Amino acid sequence: MKYPVGYNADSRLRWTEALPWIIAITVFFLLPDYLSLGARVLTYILFALSLDLILGYAGIITLGHAAFFGLGAYVTGILAAKLGVTDPLVQMAASAAAAGLLGLATGAVVLRTHGLAQLMLTLAVAAVCLEIANKATPVTGGADGLSGVVIAPIFGQFKFDLYGRTGYLWCLSLVFCMWWLIRRLIYSPFGASLAGIRENSVRMHAVGAPVYRRLLIVYTLSAAIAGIAGALLTQTNQFVGLNVLGFEPSGELLVMLILGGVGRLYGAFVGPLIFLIAQDVLAKQFPEYWYFGIGLLLVIVVLFARGGLLGISDALLATIRSKLKS
Amino acid sequence: MSAVLQTERLRKSFGALTVAENIDFRLEAGARHALIGPNGAGKTTFVNMLTGRLAPTSGRVLFGGDDITHVSEAGRVKRGLGRTFQINTLFREMSVLDNVALGVAERCGVAAKLWRPAGWHSGVRDRAAQLLSSLGMADVADRRVIDLPYGKQRLVEIAIALGLEPTVLLLDEPAAGVPSLESERIVQALEGLPGKIAILIIEHDMELVFRFAERITVLVQGEILCEGTPEEIAADRRVHQVYLGERHV
Repeated sequence: MKYPVGYNADSRLRWTEALPWIIAITVFFLLPDYLSLGARVLTYILFALSLDLILGYAGIITLGHAAFFGLGAYVTGILAAKLGVTDPLVQMAASAAAAGLLGLATGAVVLRTHGLAQLMLTLAVAAVCLEIANKATPVTGGADGLSGVVIAPIFGQFKFDLYGRTGYLWCLSLVFCMWWLIRRLIYSPFGASLAGIRENSVRMHAVGAPVYRRLLIVYTLSAAIAGIAGALLTQTNQFVGLNVLGFEPSGELLVMLILGGVGRLYGAFVGPLIFLIAQDVLAKQFPEYWYFGIGLLLVIVVLFARGGLLGISDALLATIRSKLKS
Repeated sequence: MSAVLQTERLRKSFGALTVAENIDFRLEAGARHALIGPNGAGKTTFVNMLTGRLAPTSGRVLFGGDDITHVSEAGRVKRGLGRTFQINTLFREMSVLDNVALGVAERCGVAAKLWRPAGWHSGVRDRAAQLLSSLGMADVADRRVIDLPYGKQRLVEIAIALGLEPTVLLLDEPAAGVPSLESERIVQALEGLPGKIAILIIEHDMELVFRFAERITVLVQGEILCEGTPEEIAADRRVHQVYLGERHV
């Protein structure tokens, strides 16, 4: 359902909401060779959730969300490789705080604009962050990337292993916690007011809502969550490269979310799953042309299924229900 | 009587074009006041300056004696200044109940809460439902606004404004574009509004204005032409000139 928010919305968990977690746990036991890919998918699901929060629920258009993801990734990388801070929880907290602060600082400017100007400003933020990471070679490793990332065992007990088991479960735990947090938020009165802002900000001003402040809060929160996703990427890869910053990862994330379905919460689960699996499979078969497949899928979704793949499933379910009734 | 809303020498210009010129206006507590004038007279601009949507070039806006000229739009709503729009400005994809509840939640201080689901705030939902019921719209509470006929959407505008518990309500052409049958429903709704709310209505429908207003202000080319009771305005030659032209007077 596209608009599960508001004062009449049923916020109780539906059985279908257990599906992603059942699938994730099944993958852990049945597909042990794909746990690294699984951890990557989970990381991008978290990243996509953070984008859906601002794009799908608050209507903030951005092409620079990778700035927060990349900052989170680099903060964890620099702490681990340069400063000897190896505790994953401390790294995570630092990444979230740094990305959140960047979100607050840039959001204070970006959110005063609308439409194309807003889009360009978000793009500029990501481009500036990319260039800083590129030039600050002693700290970030520049174009060579940052290696030598050391991650201590989680809670001093669970070591990151070669098979990616710990990494997978660590990602799954964090995605679950963040999903639960975001779900609470979108069903809350605050979430309803965000939907109101997305629908009609003029009216929200006229009912006395501090629109700018609300948008700044959600933008900061979304940036912090993207920072956590970035930290996860570094912790599971133990490497950070420039490819986590700039336009390309921001654009790819947007494509993932559009494929899954914007403003549907679970579109952020479906989109990265399809995109990254397609990338994994198609890139092996057609290393130079794999984007063609993704592009074709995107064109089909944009032309025929504005609600993304989840929109198609909603439409199918609605058709089946109406046929059953008649 | 005391003025609950007042302007002093309020002026607005866009470059060389002046759309409001030194407007001195008083709205008494509990009044039923109409603002009329031909198209382009500056009525909506004046309302936008009252609500804080537009900043005046000079002059002051006073609310309950306090200078609110530099208070934000949201701040004015919190003080008790509600409005409806000339063109429906609603949450079109949301339910009618949610449209009203969003305003009620802002008024109750619930809207910024992050934890409990919105649906658990039964006070907000009940108040929204009560308002819709009082306007005869309980049956459409769960329908999306976009699926309602235009006249009912105008009533949703009024319901949202009432949910803010205003002491002053500015109604910008509440019956504009509404078929006569539905227009009557809107008039009845306006007549049923609590007497403690001061109402300023902008309207082109003179039948509605003369039926509803106890006092009328005529605005022409951004300036107040005259003000008085409906009888005084009906008898004023200058008003006839403005509306009908010199030949017809």
